[in-house]
Amino acid sequence: MQESTLQRVIRIIAATQHYPPDKAAELNEDSTFAELGIDSLDGINIVFALEEEFNTNIPDDEARHIKGVRDIVNGIDKLLAAKASQQVSQQDLA
Amino acid sequence: MNRRVAITGIGVLCAAGNHCDEFASSVFAGLSAIRPLTGFESVRIPQAARLRHYDASLHFSPKELDILDPFAQYALVAAREAVRNSGIEWTPALRQSSGVITGSCLGGKATEDESFRDLYQDKKTRFPPMVIPRTMANAGASSIGMEFGLTGASFTCSTACSSANHAIAQAFWMVRHGQLDLAIAGGSEAPFTLGHLKAWEGLRAVSSDTCRPFSLDRRGLIIGEGAAMLILEPLDAARARGATILAEIIGAGMSADAHHITQPSAAGASHAMRLALRDAEIAPHQIGYINAHGTGTLANDATETTAIREVFATHANKLAVSSTKSMHGHALGAAGAIEAAATVLALYHGILPPTANYTTPDPQCDLDVIPNIHRKAQPECALSNSFAFGGLNAVLAFRRAV
Repeated sequence: MQESTLQRVIRIIAATQHYPPDKAAELNEDSTFAELGIDSLDGINIVFALEEEFNTNIPDDEARHIKGVRDIVNGIDKLLAAKASQQVSQQDLA
Repeated sequence: MNRRVAITGIGVLCAAGNHCDEFASSVFAGLSAIRPLTGFESVRIPQAARLRHYDASLHFSPKELDILDPFAQYALVAAREAVRNSGIEWTPALRQSSGVITGSCLGGKATEDESFRDLYQDKKTRFPPMVIPRTMANAGASSIGMEFGLTGASFTCSTACSSANHAIAQAFWMVRHGQLDLAIAGGSEAPFTLGHLKAWEGLRAVSSDTCRPFSLDRRGLIIGEGAAMLILEPLDAARARGATILAEIIGAGMSADAHHITQPSAAGASHAMRLALRDAEIAPHQIGYINAHGTGTLANDATETTAIREVFATHANKLAVSSTKSMHGHALGAAGAIEAAATVLALYHGILPPTANYTTPDPQCDLDVIPNIHRKAQPECALSNSFAFGGLNAVLAFRRAV
């Protein structure tokens, strides 16, 4: 079964933060950086790993507003949708 | 304020030992830790003095390793040992008046080399975010300060091969004059990266053999790595808390050759030694041992001999001089700290470490260089020399604790 965006985001956060499996299992859509103790430098590290995972560029202004898992999932879905529609329009032009 | 300053703790991590006791036994035994260099097939540097059995995961969590370049790891490992050995008990007031002063020539070169390879060779467009905090030369000092919660004056000196001596000298003066009540001072270096080794290869200063300081057949330096940290505190405070006084640090001298970017100058070196003696308020004849800069290059060892003869005149014939770089290699920005540790341990144990790998006297290096076998002696005072590329010199003076 293919991983959902949420599952991929949770996997990336757990890996960059070196969470043990039990702590990784507690991550969900409502988890916030504040309650996880993720500071600004950790956040930047997570953004870098997300860019690699989803092969996309997250603009600095977007990255600055990330407060938790839900923000990331929504933002990534939006970026992926934008990328997909761009590819479609390029195909149309071709 | 003009306080006497004691050394009450030492931490060492280098090719000659993973901790202070191991380091002391191997340098006193004259064991050279120089081995064939492996893992860098395209580099024409046959030998090096690398750490042995260093396992970062035994010292740090994966999260810590994300932000610590090897040079910062080494700094922390040595600082932890030095603090442990000193028996210091932190109070809020002491934390506020304690600082960390380190030397590093290169900073996080391994991190830089790896990440730049991603950029130039693999044409990656995204750059990992930890490169800046990992590469900055003060990462070691800052990490040590955070670990122990020290909020006094802290900084990093970068003066090539003299970095650690400049750092320890500053720490000494700041404790002596009351700006700090305790300093963790030393240096760390992690130079084993492809780019940096190729740079050394290009300079043609590295030995095609081993490191043989002051020996007629010497062929250059051998690159080393690691860290050493010393605990400096006022002698009275150390005595009051019943600490073991390993030695007293009594003076420091600094000078610049203003001569050549790589060639050494006897005038600059002798000036720094004279200033160290003056700062320590001692006469040349009180010095019984010099831990030489002694890189094993043709130029350094002959020039250093000339400089020592200039400063000590006839007393130079009674001095014992050795280069422990023959055993732990030249650890660049950490060299002065590792050698300060060797000097303090020599005074404390009454054993002078030898110059290893010595085969043949050189008329241009006609000093008593303690060839190959240690000597039992209890000199009153000792110097530790560092003379950097770029002509920046720093010399430390120590006195045996009594």
